[in-house]
Amino acid sequence: MKLTLKIWRQKNAQDKGKMVQYPIDGIDGDMSFLEMLDVLNNQLIEQGDEPVAFDHDCREGICGMCSLFINGEAHGPDRLVTTCQLHMRKFKDGDTIVIEPFRANAFPVVKDLVVDRSAFDRVQHAGGFISINTSGNTQDANAIPIEKVDADAAFDAATCIGCGACVATCKNSSAMLFVSAKVSQFALLPQGQVEATDRVLNMVNQMDEEGFGNCTNTGACEVECPKGISLENIARMNREFMSASLKG
Amino acid sequence: MSGLLKSSIGRKVAMALSGLFLVVFLTQHFVINLLSVFSEETHNTVSHFMGTNPFVQFGLQPVLIFGVFFHFIMGIKLELQNRKSRPVAYASYKGSANASWMSRNMIYTGLVILAFLGLHFYDFFIPELIHKYAENHTAEVGDSTRYYAETIHKFEQPWRVGIYVISFVLLMLHLLHGFQSSFQSIGFNNKYSKALKGFTRAWAILIPLGFIFIAIYHHFNQIPH
Repeated sequence: MKLTLKIWRQKNAQDKGKMVQYPIDGIDGDMSFLEMLDVLNNQLIEQGDEPVAFDHDCREGICGMCSLFINGEAHGPDRLVTTCQLHMRKFKDGDTIVIEPFRANAFPVVKDLVVDRSAFDRVQHAGGFISINTSGNTQDANAIPIEKVDADAAFDAATCIGCGACVATCKNSSAMLFVSAKVSQFALLPQGQVEATDRVLNMVNQMDEEGFGNCTNTGACEVECPKGISLENIARMNREFMSASLKG
Repeated sequence: MSGLLKSSIGRKVAMALSGLFLVVFLTQHFVINLLSVFSEETHNTVSHFMGTNPFVQFGLQPVLIFGVFFHFIMGIKLELQNRKSRPVAYASYKGSANASWMSRNMIYTGLVILAFLGLHFYDFFIPELIHKYAENHTAEVGDSTRYYAETIHKFEQPWRVGIYVISFVLLMLHLLHGFQSSFQSIGFNNKYSKALKGFTRAWAILIPLGFIFIAIYHHFNQIPH
């Protein structure tokens, strides 16, 4: 497969950055998108050029490190996959592929396609935890009966890998899907009730402070989320936030 | 509680509640307009009641005006804030791949509706105020039979009907996203949501189409001068 890549190159956070075009040949349909970038980087290194910096870690869709906005979509044209799970067979010979970093005020570019997503960590630190002691005196998991429907919904929310595709794809750069998943995974379980009020208030407050935009319910986040996190979580967080605000 | 309107979710809920309030207002407005198609007398009676009843005039009307202003001022404020949240735009952004046109263009459809409301204020609300208060008529002695003729007179010129039709098509697009979205904002997302979405979509299409029908009906059924 012969392709033309248009890639965002930016030396550092201060650099203005620009799109640079790279022709590439010999790409197999069975390669992952990141492997294709590995091939490009090998070429660039052989030519004595600076390789393209991009985030990656597990390369099996569970760590949430790989990002990339590919042809106008977070993690590319496929659904329910991260960029490392995106295969080159999704593209055709002769295609031009535009590759950009995730763009949001709260996700500043560090270099090329690498962005700083530590805003998510700070939101998580603000309340995404429980204070119940789980070391040494853990009680049996079945000691507190939990409705199957709640257990399933909590588990589904907990599958969020914090990749940031929701923010990247939202026209408002809203982080509501991420934050609502992190709120929901605790809100649905008895263990999460102790800090329930503070959790939602603090996490939403931190989300606002980080400079994410406001949710307008376009639903783009749910479509582009590699883990299929549902908009139901956002509705749940809205309810939790309103009731916590009225209590506080 | 005091900081509720400073939070993104508080503002979103406020947008939803003011939007739902406007939906209720639009429904009653539609019913009164529709009466003009069936009965001149009933339309005049109901319009006179709405235009002169102290509870409607001094209780509901200020709430309505506040609701309209709140909805569009907050909408513009949130839009400006949202634009700031992505200072560097994407070179390639495929919005149509994951979200409807209506949901992505609420600000534009909203601004057209706002322009129409400006025209409606100029055309209807301000002349009403002048008629009632500046021309030394008291509300009680106002002519209770003038409403029907005034309504259909508005639809005499084709360009007015054209503006009216365009505005209501844009309102339809605005409501197709906005009405159902307001339930998600106030936290209503459960097994009934699918049915509710169907109802909101049907309402969003039928009510503006009804307004358009009334305008076209009166345009072609003008009282000969």
